[in-house]
Amino acid sequence: MTVQATQQAVSKGGGRSRRTDAPATLSNLIRRPESGSLIATIAIFIFFAIFGGAKFTAQSGTATWLNPAAELGIIAIPVGLLMIAGELDLSVGSVLAASSMTLAIVSGHWGQPIIVGIVVALGLGLVTGFLNGLIVTRTQVPSFVVTLATNFGLAGLALGLTRAITGSTSVALTSESWAKHLFGSYVSGKFEVAIFWWIGVIVVVGWILHVSKYGNWIFAVGGDLVSARATGIPTDRVKIALFMGTAFGASLVGVIQTILYNSAQVANGQAFIFNSIIAVVIGGVLLTGGYGSVFGVIFGTLTFAIVGQGIYYTGWNPDWASLFLGVLLLLAVLMNNTFRRMALSYGPRKKKD
Amino acid sequence: MTQNSTQPLLKLTNVCKTFGTTDVLTDINLEVNPGEVLCLLGDNGAGKSTLIKILSGFHEPTSGVMEIDGTPVNFKSPRDASEHGIATVHQFGGTFPLMTIGRSFFVGAEPTRGWGPFKRLDNRFAGEVAVREMQSLGITRVTEGSRLVGGLSGGERQALAIGRAVYFGANVLILDEPTAALGVKEAAHVLRIVMQARQKGVAVILVTHNVTHAMTVGDHFAVLIHGALAADFRKGERTREEITDLMAGGEAMAELEAELEAYQAAHHGHVPDPVELERLAQSKSND
Ligand SMILES: Nc1ncnc2c1ncn2[C@@H]1O[C@H](COP(=O)(O)OP(=O)(O)OP(=O)(O)O)[C@@H](O)[C@H]1O
Ligand SMILES: [Mg+2]
Repeated sequence: MTVQATQQAVSKGGGRSRRTDAPATLSNLIRRPESGSLIATIAIFIFFAIFGGAKFTAQSGTATWLNPAAELGIIAIPVGLLMIAGELDLSVGSVLAASSMTLAIVSGHWGQPIIVGIVVALGLGLVTGFLNGLIVTRTQVPSFVVTLATNFGLAGLALGLTRAITGSTSVALTSESWAKHLFGSYVSGKFEVAIFWWIGVIVVVGWILHVSKYGNWIFAVGGDLVSARATGIPTDRVKIALFMGTAFGASLVGVIQTILYNSAQVANGQAFIFNSIIAVVIGGVLLTGGYGSVFGVIFGTLTFAIVGQGIYYTGWNPDWASLFLGVLLLLAVLMNNTFRRMALSYGPRKKKD
Repeated sequence: MTQNSTQPLLKLTNVCKTFGTTDVLTDINLEVNPGEVLCLLGDNGAGKSTLIKILSGFHEPTSGVMEIDGTPVNFKSPRDASEHGIATVHQFGGTFPLMTIGRSFFVGAEPTRGWGPFKRLDNRFAGEVAVREMQSLGITRVTEGSRLVGGLSGGERQALAIGRAVYFGANVLILDEPTAALGVKEAAHVLRIVMQARQKGVAVILVTHNVTHAMTVGDHFAVLIHGALAADFRKGERTREEITDLMAGGEAMAELEAELEAYQAAHHGHVPDPVELERLAQSKSND
């Protein structure tokens, strides 16, 4: 309340406001965490547009990297949010697989309505995320270890239960048409509907991180946990909510994949663990927390997906794709570090004009 | 003395704190009055930061009573303490290097505009207030709230943290070694801020290892030695030398000073060279 009162006082005295809001475009751009990753995305795109030829830039070529980007992005955005708060989630792979399998068993094997399967699958994700967050905040064991344990534990649980219930490791599912449209269809024949889910996640998380006050809490928690707690932020609840977010993203992709491919494999999704972290780090999020942006993660995801698919258009041996990715990761992080240092050292310019 | 007629703002009675089996604080009795600066002195590890963490809701005391305006309080979290008007600038903390000045200033108390679920963080307002508050504390080089905190100097960061505490209207302002790591000029600024807060009727608790700083602003001094309150006195009741002794947790410093003086007297005012100094220190530790 006191804040509101003084707020008026300031806007009244706004006459002597300095030129803080004058858009000094270049310096503003440099100070943004996504600058480096934007450059990387553009450079990579141009690179493959040149070496991959017209097929790469055609609609079908675009779909080959945009579709995996969307699936990865739905997970990478909340993973980025969590990383800004200073934590890692290595359990997204098994959460994806377990949710996928849950949906297939509930609605495929047991024949329940698909909405029941979807709700149970997403609920499984939320519960797993809650447990991850609870264990990390209560025990102070690093999230790296906790979520790694969750990843193995859940993988084993999913495999054991699936085999016990269905006698197989792959379960088929036929979806009702509304669900097929909503989660597992193609727009204009090529583009997965997941792209729109990705956009939805971007809007929601972008709002939370950059517009709402909760974003400030997340940056503070990742920037200096003790100081954040000292200001009265419920740091444990923030972290638990973010763990639930990453697990929810993974579950959502599990649901999307199951409905899209009409089946679930118990070993799906492990690649998302490292891919999401790579996308987030290329996107300029600081691995140790406190710094990053949703736009950066979007660019990081796009870069990752373009590199993964673009190599097939160049006619080169795709065996080299991983090497390419490794080098790119290193370069991107170096560039992001440079930009962050520039942002830090940015100060008042000596008046020349 | 007259201060007994007014009620203390903050009162500790027999406060103890143990971590596992170590007693960090034993039977602390302390009163803090509005409009006064209490200097909390003591050696490294004496328990100053621990006492402050109890006052700011980080730790709960193992036993003992803490009262505010005569009513016993029990802080479960830092938020409880700040709701009672206690603002703390912790040792090594309080600001967020990779956040903008404006955002950092308002962490945990973000100003918003807009309605219902569509409340937006008011970045511009945050930046303006942060810059204005810092300028009123004498930090005039900072003019843009959108700069990152990590690019500020130590004194500027300290001013940001203190400005925040003052802005949110604290009754009790606790500063844990705010002048450590600061230059002469920045330290003077911080001390001036302390005096300003005191003039507004705020009770200030200041931790410092610097005798000059303590004597400049302190009205009331409390010395901790090994977690016990070794001395509790008011301005003018002790000499500078006595305070120095107490702060060193004993006589170590005073002894060394005395020996140096003796040496100077015997050597026509020359200070001992390093080798000689080493020898003095050795002979002292041997007896
Ligand atoms: N959480 C904790 N668990 C166990 N022991 C602790 C804890 N916090 C502090 N201590 C111990 O309590 C003692 C007092 O520490 P404290 O930080 O209060 O000292 P201080 O007076 O602030 O010292 P300095 O001047 O170096 O800042 C130290 O011996 C420290 O090791
Ligand atoms: Mg201390």
